[in-house]
Amino acid sequence: MATSSVSKGCFVFKPSSKKRKKNSDVVDYFIEGSDDGEMARIRVNICQRLWDMTKSETEMLQDELNKKILDSLLEFIKKCASSFQSQMNDWASLMRASEIPTAALVLGVNVPDHDMTFQSLSVLLQQSVTPFVVSVQAKECTALKHLMQKVLERLIGVDVAVDDDDEDGGQRSAPVHQKRVHCSLSSLCDWYSSVTKKYETSPGKKRTSMAKDMISKPPIVIIFKDLEAFNPRVLQDFIVICSRYIQKLPLMFIFGIATSPSTIQHMLPHSVSSLLCIELFQSLSCTQHLATVVDKLVLNTEFPFKLSGKVLQVLVSIFLYHDFSVRNFIKGLQLALVEHFHSQPLSVLCCPKKEALDHAQKLSHQEVERIRQLPSFMRYVENQEPQKQVELLTNDGCVKEVCKILMKALRKYHKNYYPILRCLHTLTSSLPKYPLGKQIREIHISCLEKNVWETEEYDSAMQLLKLMAKDELVALLQKCVVILSSSKSKKMKAALGQLQNYLAKFDQLDTLSAEEVMQEAVSPEKDLQKKTDLFQLQKTLLERKETRRTKKMTPFEVLRNQILEFVDSLVRAHLVPPESQPLNEVCYYGSSGVLRRHLNATPRTSIQTALSHPYYYLQHEGLKTDSGTFSNAAPDICIVHKLHLECGRLINLFDWLEAYSTVVSAAEGKDPDSSDYGKVDELKHARFIQAVSELEFLGFVKSTKMKTDHVARLTWGGC
Amino acid sequence: MPALVEQPGYAHERLCALTERVPCRETQASTLLALLGEPGHYSYPSIFIYGHRASGKSHVTESILQELELPHAIVSCVECVSAGLLFEQTLVAFFGPEAPSLLPRSSSLSDFVRIYKQLCAQTPACQTRYIVLDRAERLRDMEANLLPGLLRLQELVDDNVTVILLTEIVWDKFRPNTGCLEPLLLHFPDYSKAELQEILVRDYHPAYSPDLYGSFVSILLGVFYSVCRDLRELKHLAALNFSKFCEPLEREEVKESETHKLWRNIEPHLKKAMQTVYLREVSSVQWEQQQQQMEDREAGTLKGLSAYAHVELPYYSKFLLIAAYLASFNPARTDRRFFLKHHGKIKKTNFLKKHEKTSNHLLGPKPFPLDRLLAIFYSVVDSRVAPTASIFSQISSLVTLQLLTQVGHDDQLDAPKYKCAVALDFIQAVSRTVSFDIVKYLYDFL
Repeated sequence: MATSSVSKGCFVFKPSSKKRKKNSDVVDYFIEGSDDGEMARIRVNICQRLWDMTKSETEMLQDELNKKILDSLLEFIKKCASSFQSQMNDWASLMRASEIPTAALVLGVNVPDHDMTFQSLSVLLQQSVTPFVVSVQAKECTALKHLMQKVLERLIGVDVAVDDDDEDGGQRSAPVHQKRVHCSLSSLCDWYSSVTKKYETSPGKKRTSMAKDMISKPPIVIIFKDLEAFNPRVLQDFIVICSRYIQKLPLMFIFGIATSPSTIQHMLPHSVSSLLCIELFQSLSCTQHLATVVDKLVLNTEFPFKLSGKVLQVLVSIFLYHDFSVRNFIKGLQLALVEHFHSQPLSVLCCPKKEALDHAQKLSHQEVERIRQLPSFMRYVENQEPQKQVELLTNDGCVKEVCKILMKALRKYHKNYYPILRCLHTLTSSLPKYPLGKQIREIHISCLEKNVWETEEYDSAMQLLKLMAKDELVALLQKCVVILSSSKSKKMKAALGQLQNYLAKFDQLDTLSAEEVMQEAVSPEKDLQKKTDLFQLQKTLLERKETRRTKKMTPFEVLRNQILEFVDSLVRAHLVPPESQPLNEVCYYGSSGVLRRHLNATPRTSIQTALSHPYYYLQHEGLKTDSGTFSNAAPDICIVHKLHLECGRLINLFDWLEAYSTVVSAAEGKDPDSSDYGKVDELKHARFIQAVSELEFLGFVKSTKMKTDHVARLTWGGC
Repeated sequence: MPALVEQPGYAHERLCALTERVPCRETQASTLLALLGEPGHYSYPSIFIYGHRASGKSHVTESILQELELPHAIVSCVECVSAGLLFEQTLVAFFGPEAPSLLPRSSSLSDFVRIYKQLCAQTPACQTRYIVLDRAERLRDMEANLLPGLLRLQELVDDNVTVILLTEIVWDKFRPNTGCLEPLLLHFPDYSKAELQEILVRDYHPAYSPDLYGSFVSILLGVFYSVCRDLRELKHLAALNFSKFCEPLEREEVKESETHKLWRNIEPHLKKAMQTVYLREVSSVQWEQQQQQMEDREAGTLKGLSAYAHVELPYYSKFLLIAAYLASFNPARTDRRFFLKHHGKIKKTNFLKKHEKTSNHLLGPKPFPLDRLLAIFYSVVDSRVAPTASIFSQISSLVTLQLLTQVGHDDQLDAPKYKCAVALDFIQAVSRTVSFDIVKYLYDFL
C-alpha cells in the first residue's frame, strides 16, 4: 500500500473488508516473481510439501529427544502425586515439614526452544496425570497479584470449559471466581475441593474422558517457564503462600531453568527454599540436539532440497555464535527452502524422483533455455562430443532427455555421498585433535566446498589412521560396515563386500602373525650385548635405524595400508563436491548472503549506509556520486550526519547550522557571491532542527548540559 | 494437674488443655492472656508480638484463641496482595461468608470501617473480637494509613476488638513517621537448648522408647544447634535421620543403652546432612533414597544443586560476558592500558586515585555504559564481528538470564547501563572454554 508521505515510517492501514485467503497470497507472491504461473504454482506446492515434511520430521525428533527427560519428569510427578494420595500417617511423615515437590528442569540457554518442550510436557501431563496444569511466564507476572490471578484464571477457566458440555447449571457460577476480589489461594482451595468431590461422586462419567490411571485427587502442577526472569520477591511470596495450603492442595512446581540450578539458591533464601523439595532434571545439550537435527534433516537422501556449504555454514554459525536455538536453525532452513523455490525457477525439478522426471518432460522452452545457462550444465556440454554439443544447444527434446538422465545421476550421487560421508566421519571422529572436525556437519561442509582429499586436514587424518592399532581400526571398520549395509545403492553394496573381505583378512591375520612376530623378535637384539666403544655403538644404532626404516612391514601394516587406500579411493570417488555435478543448482541453495542478511540483520550498518550513501536506498540518479564524495542534494539528515562526523565529542549547534546552510545553499544553485548566500532563513532553520532531532532519535547525538548550545556526539570516529 | 496459665473468667479444664498445648511458653501465654483479660472485658486495642522464626508466636496465639473459643480472625499478610483481601477475610471470620459482598471493589480502610460498623450494629460483640495479623511486616508495604488505622481500630469501629500483630522484627522498624497509637509489645525469646530438647522429645517415635529418642535428639541438637534453632526445621531433620539412627538397633548389633556406639554411628551422618539436605542441596526425598541405597553400597554420593554451576553459552555471549566482567571490575581509566597497543607504561601506584587502589573485587561490580561494553567486546573477540541485531539481543538475553543486570531506569534508549552479576570463578570457567586468559586483563591481579 502506498502513502503520500515522503518519509519512511509506520503507517496504520485498516484492513479492507474482504479478506483474501492467505494461501493464494503466497502463490501470488511466487507468480509475481516469475513468468510462468503454472510452474510457480507447482513450485509452491512442492515447497509446501517439503516444508510440511521437515516440520513433522522435526517435531518427531523433538519428541524423541525429549522423551527421556519427560519420562523421568512424569515419573517424578506421578510418584509425588501418589504420595499426596496416600497421606501417610506414619510417624516420619507427620514429623516432616510439608515440602512442595519441585522439579528443576535445566533446559539450557536456548530459551526460544523451551516453548515446544513445555508444550509437550503439559500435554503429556494432562493426558496421564492431571488435568490441572498451568504454565506461567515471567513477563505476565510482574507482581504477586498477577501471578496469582494467572494461576487461578487458567486453572478455573479451563475447567469451566471442560465441564460445559456434559452438565449442569451449578457450574455456571464459576466465572464469579474470576473476579479479582477472590484472587487468593483459599478460593482455589474451595474450587479444588468442589471439583474433586465431583470426580468422586460421578466417576464413571469422568473416567471415560480422562486417562484410566488418573487418581481421584490429581495434583495441581504449576510450570514456571523462565525462572530466571521472575522477580525473586514475587516468587518467594508465592511459594510461602502455597506452602500454607499444601495440606489441602496437592501443589507441585516445575521450574524451567536456563542457566544452572544454583540460580534457585541465588533467588530464594534458605527460609523459602526449605519449603521446597527440589529434584533436578537435566535436558540434552542443544549442540547434541542440533547434531541430531542436522543428521536427520540435512544429511538425508530422501529430502531433495540441499544446502550448499556456505549456507549451512551461515546457519550453523548463527547457531553456535549467537543463539544456540534449534528452532531458529529450522526457521533458517525454512527461509532457505522458500527462497530457493522462489528465486530458482528450475526448482520444479527439486522433488522426489518420479515427479522430477515428470516435470522434466513438461519443461517449457524458456526453462530449457535456463537449463542451458546453468554453469554446471554448460560445463557438462563442453565435455561432450561436438555433435552432441550442437544437439544439446538446439534441440529441446534432447535437453529434456539428458536432464532426466542427469537428475537420476544426481540422485545416485547423493545415495553414495551420504554413506561414505558417514563412514569417513566414523573413522576420523575419534582421532586425536579431530583433524576433520568432531561433528559430521564439519566434514560435510568441507566436502561441499572443495575436494576434501586435497586438504591438509584430510592428509593428517589419514596419517593418524595409519598409526592406528588393530582393534581400534577393526571396531571402526565394523561401524562402517553397519552404515554401508543400510544403503541400497549398488556401488555401496560392492564397497560393503570389499570391506567385509578386508575384515575377514584381519581375522586370518590373528593366527598368522603370531608365529611371524616370534621369528622376527629374536634377531636384532644380539649385537648390542657385546662391549663396544662409543663410535661403534653410534654406527650400529644408525645402521639399525636404517634397517628399521626399510624394514619389511608386518602383514598387519600391509593390510592396514590397503584398507586405507581403499577408503581413500571411496572418498575420491564419492565425496566430490556437488558443484561438479551437472544440474546441482536445481537442488542446492547457495545464496548465503541473502540468508545472512535476513537472519542476522545489521540495523546499525543499514542506518549508516542510508546516511552516508543515500543512493543505495533511494536510487535517485541525482544522488549518485563517486566514492568518497557526497552529493549536496542529499536529504537533510544525510547532510547533517555528514557534517557531524567532522566534529569532536561536543558539537556547537550554531556552527553546525551555518555549515548546513552553506551546503544547502549550494544545492539550491545560488550564486556564491550573492549577499544572502549561506544565510540562514526560517525554512532552513526548521529543516535543520528537524534533521538534528531525527539524528537524536537514531541515537547519534544527545542533548547535554555540559556546555550551552552544544550536543554530545554518541558515536566515535570521523569521516 | 495445675494450670500454669491462669486467668479468671475461663474454665479450669480449658486452661489446663491450653497449658498442655504450649510447652515452654507458659510465661508468654499467661502474659498474653493477662493482657487479653476476661472474655467480656475491653482489651488493649493492639498488641505487638515479636520474636524469631519458630519461637511459638503464632502457635501460642492460636492456641489461646482456639482453646478458649474466642471470636477471632487469623490473616496472613503475605497472602493479602491487597488490603481488600485482608478486610474480606476478617469480615468472613466475624460475620459469616456473606459479609464481604458489601465491600466495594478495591476497598479502602474507611470502607472497611464503615461496613464493620454496619455489621457490628446487627451483631454486637459480647466477647472481645481478635484480629491476628501474621507476618505483619508486610503491612508496611501497603497503604500508609493501614497500619496506624489498624492499631486503633477499636476506637474507629467503636467495638470490642483487639488487633494482634505477629512479626519477626522489632517495633522500631514499624513506627510510621506520622506517629500512631503505640501497641503493647510482647517479646517471645528463642527456645533454649533444653527447651528445644523438651519439645522435640514430645514427638517421640511410637515404636521406640522416649529415652532413646531423647538421646537421639540430644545428638541432633549437638550437631545442629550451632547453625539452626528453627524448631520446624529441626523436627524435619529429626524425622529424616531417625531411621539411620535406629539402623544398628534393627540389626541388633547395639543395645538401646549403648548411646556412645549409637553416637559414633550417627554423628558423621548428621554432619553430612548439615552440608546437604539442610541447605536443600539435596532434596529430602533424595536423601531418604540415598539412605536406603547406602545399605547396599557405600559412597553413593549425590551431587548437590550448586555442583551444577556450568552454563553453556553461545560463543559471542561468552565474550560479551567476559567484556562485561572486565568493564565491571576494571576502572574505566585502565582500559587504555589493556586494550590499546601503544599505551605506554602506567604505574599502578601513582596512576590511580586513592579509592581506586582498593581491590575492585572487594568493592563489587560497577555499572558501565553499553558503549564501553561493546568497545571492550570488539577488542577481546579475536575475529571481526559485525554489529548485528543478534549481538544486541544477546545482551538483553544475558540480562534475562541474570548474568548481567541493568542499572538505573533513565535514558534507557541512548545509554543503558549494566553491571556484571557473575563471580570470578564463573567467568574464569567461561573464559577457559574460549581460551581467553581473563586474569591477565584484570587490573586487580596485575
